[in-house]
Amino acid sequence: MRWIWIDRFEEFESGRRAVAVKNVTLAEDHLHDHFPAYAVMPASLMIEGVAQTAGILVGEARGFQEKVILAKIKRAAFHRLVRPGETLRYEAAIEQLTDSAASTVGRITVDGEPVGEVDIVFSHIDQNLSGTEFPQENFVFTDEFMALLKAFRQPAGQKVML
Amino acid sequence: MPVIARDEIFDKVRQTLVDALSVEADEVTEDATLTGDLGAESIDFLDIVFRLEKTFGIKILQEELIPRDILSNPEYVTDRRLNPAGLQALKQSMPHADLSAFEADPDIDKISDVFTVGTIVRFVESKLRSAA
Repeated sequence: MRWIWIDRFEEFESGRRAVAVKNVTLAEDHLHDHFPAYAVMPASLMIEGVAQTAGILVGEARGFQEKVILAKIKRAAFHRLVRPGETLRYEAAIEQLTDSAASTVGRITVDGEPVGEVDIVFSHIDQNLSGTEFPQENFVFTDEFMALLKAFRQPAGQKVML
Repeated sequence: MPVIARDEIFDKVRQTLVDALSVEADEVTEDATLTGDLGAESIDFLDIVFRLEKTFGIKILQEELIPRDILSNPEYVTDRRLNPAGLQALKQSMPHADLSAFEADPDIDKISDVFTVGTIVRFVESKLRSAA
């Protein structure tokens, strides 16, 4: 199973803010269970979408040298349901960034209409869990995530090499 | 930077902890420990530090609040307890903390009890003073 909950970056300002979009579609199996007669995008997966947008933003700010892990959802508030056919816009901004952690704020909209806010604290785990050994390779930022950023940075019309 | 009265610092620290830990304001007393009484986990400290920085306009280095270098230094730790040299180093690096109870039983697994609301208030006070 793929675990990518953003489709494309639309804006990316290194170390500051990023905007990603996610199209909600009935091709996604889980929507048929959530709920059987009335498909609604789960709020938990919108949180994940903001976390992926903000997480890549935080990772890129340190040249993907840190393993960036979601440490805490500071706040998550939702104002309306999101249905298949709609396009979610996740806007994330870095509020604070240190050697050991980052704090981000996120806004979710559909066609400019507020859907929710998700504020997150990320941990650079190698800097926080002293004594705990993690694999050398950066298992957080997989090729699939990196491809999203590459696709954004690639000049229009060029093939993206994965 | 203008000097803020201690009561005001306490009120802002209390609000910070209410927001970060989802506790009731009346639980946040001077002597309440962050982990034991208010249920903070290690990850909450990252959040609390960021919130304090924003609320008070200060910069907090991780080592200032939690001197991990002392607690992980084999010269200072014997059988998971801080030795006299370690206690001395801890006192110097944490002048804002009341270490009297910890000194009586310097088990490094109990260091979190040192972090009371009062410790955080005094820490912020000292940061604001040095920035003034």
